[in-house]
Amino acid sequence: MDSLRIPILKIGDVLIASIQVELHDASAVQFKDDLLQKIHDHKARGVIVDMTTVEVVDSFIGRLIADIASMAGLMGAQVVITGLQPAVAITLVELGLELGRARTALNLEKGLALMSRQTEESGDGAG
Amino acid sequence: MAQAKAAVIRSDLDIVIARTLARDTAKSLGFGAIDQARIATAVSELARNIFLYAGTGTVTVREIEKNGRKGIEIICEDQGPGISNVDLVMQDGYSTSRGMGMGLPGARRLMDEFYIHSQEGVGTTITCRKWRT
Repeated sequence: MDSLRIPILKIGDVLIASIQVELHDASAVQFKDDLLQKIHDHKARGVIVDMTTVEVVDSFIGRLIADIASMAGLMGAQVVITGLQPAVAITLVELGLELGRARTALNLEKGLALMSRQTEESGDGAG
Repeated sequence: MAQAKAAVIRSDLDIVIARTLARDTAKSLGFGAIDQARIATAVSELARNIFLYAGTGTVTVREIEKNGRKGIEIICEDQGPGISNVDLVMQDGYSTSRGMGMGLPGARRLMDEFYIHSQEGVGTTITCRKWRT
């Protein structure tokens, strides 16, 4: 079955994806594959995944986010998750889940700021 | 009292349907946003377990009441291989498949009551409840 695809946008050398649908397992895995391919294709230094409208993050999705962050990290790109709702943060901790190497920020704007700050610190902003 | 509603689990899409059913029911019963997320997440874990281990099963959601207190009851049933050691699967970190071993113990932490009845070769029934505060 052709699963629903999450659009991935490019601004400079940063990719931005906003998850605005209920992710089922196959579409989440598709998203991971698409994202890693786009990091490679666009030589992106970072990815922001905005989850403002996501209401449920279970262990499958949580583990997938951690996997994406590890895999992107191996390729040399950072992953920042933005906009997690209070209820999602609470259930993630109660479930016992952590998002691995993924960084987090309150919203998209702060996520972008976090990413540009880290690029300056690492001193390879020219990519 | 509202009628019980059931979702049949056959694919990963049905996991989303089951947790949406649980969430909508919780909302209609007056649970707050955080409890709605807890209930939906627990159902997501349990429905995924059905899909991964038994292939098919059902998730039934209904309103319950005890001593004037309202709550939600979720029953997850399958005729899968069953669980040989319930104590073991309830330990954090134990997993026999692609999961992280968070499924059952995680779901238990999100709910107020959690009961597993399982028989090898017959199937598994998990009943869990959450009460409105």
